[in-house]
Amino acid sequence: MDLNHYLILSALLFAVGAVGVIVRRNVISILLCIEVMLNAVNLSFVAFSRYLDQVHGQIFVFFVMVVAAAEAAVGLALAIVLYRNRRTLNVDDADIMKW
Amino acid sequence: MEALFFYLLGGTALVAAVAVVALRRVFYAAGALIVCLCAVAGLYLLLEAPFIAAVQVIVYAGAIMVLFLFVIMLLDPFAANVFPDKSRRLRLLAPLLMALALLALYAMLRTYRLGGAPGVSAASSLERLAETLFSEYLLPFEVTSVLILVAIIGAVVLAKRRI
Repeated sequence: MDLNHYLILSALLFAVGAVGVIVRRNVISILLCIEVMLNAVNLSFVAFSRYLDQVHGQIFVFFVMVVAAAEAAVGLALAIVLYRNRRTLNVDDADIMKW
Repeated sequence: MEALFFYLLGGTALVAAVAVVALRRVFYAAGALIVCLCAVAGLYLLLEAPFIAAVQVIVYAGAIMVLFLFVIMLLDPFAANVFPDKSRRLRLLAPLLMALALLALYAMLRTYRLGGAPGVSAASSLERLAETLFSEYLLPFEVTSVLILVAIIGAVVLAKRRI
């Protein structure tokens, strides 16, 4: 297996996640798509770690996971607050900060 | 053998990721994401990163996804959350843009060649991982605990009944 195989798979996963973030309007869907994107990045980190034979890539994946956990907790709390105040999860309805 | 597993797991991850984007019901999308995360964990095993694979399954597919499912159930997805997505124009444009970006990336990758993987991976040893994490990356590691604390406080404050 080539490193490029992993990088291309990672790029494809990232693109799918990015399309989801652009296209979907549900807050929770968008958070799920962000998780897909983070996973794609983690995959290329681990692939580089393997092919360069360095441990740093895996440590970065560890940190990315920590940040992803924090992001999911706060993001989901925001979704709950949005739903409680607006009775919707559509991001287009949450536009009071938009000029 | 390795190629077979790569294509199997990679294909599963890709199909599951497309399902996450395409499925209208958020609950099913979360289920697809769990499949995707587990397939990526298999790829980590293929890349000889057993620790990361285990953390992926336990923390990601376990803890974070359970959090997602709890919130989805709390917000009653089968009643409230199904509404039409963004305009058709954007829905066609976004994949087109991404395909363009991937094409550019592919052109870049074609010229980039790295030799094959080293036969015995030193990076896969857990001792080396722990040693580096707790010496070179000790400060960032400690700072993450502050980050988690802030996230906990933030989540609790946000989810409180009155703000």
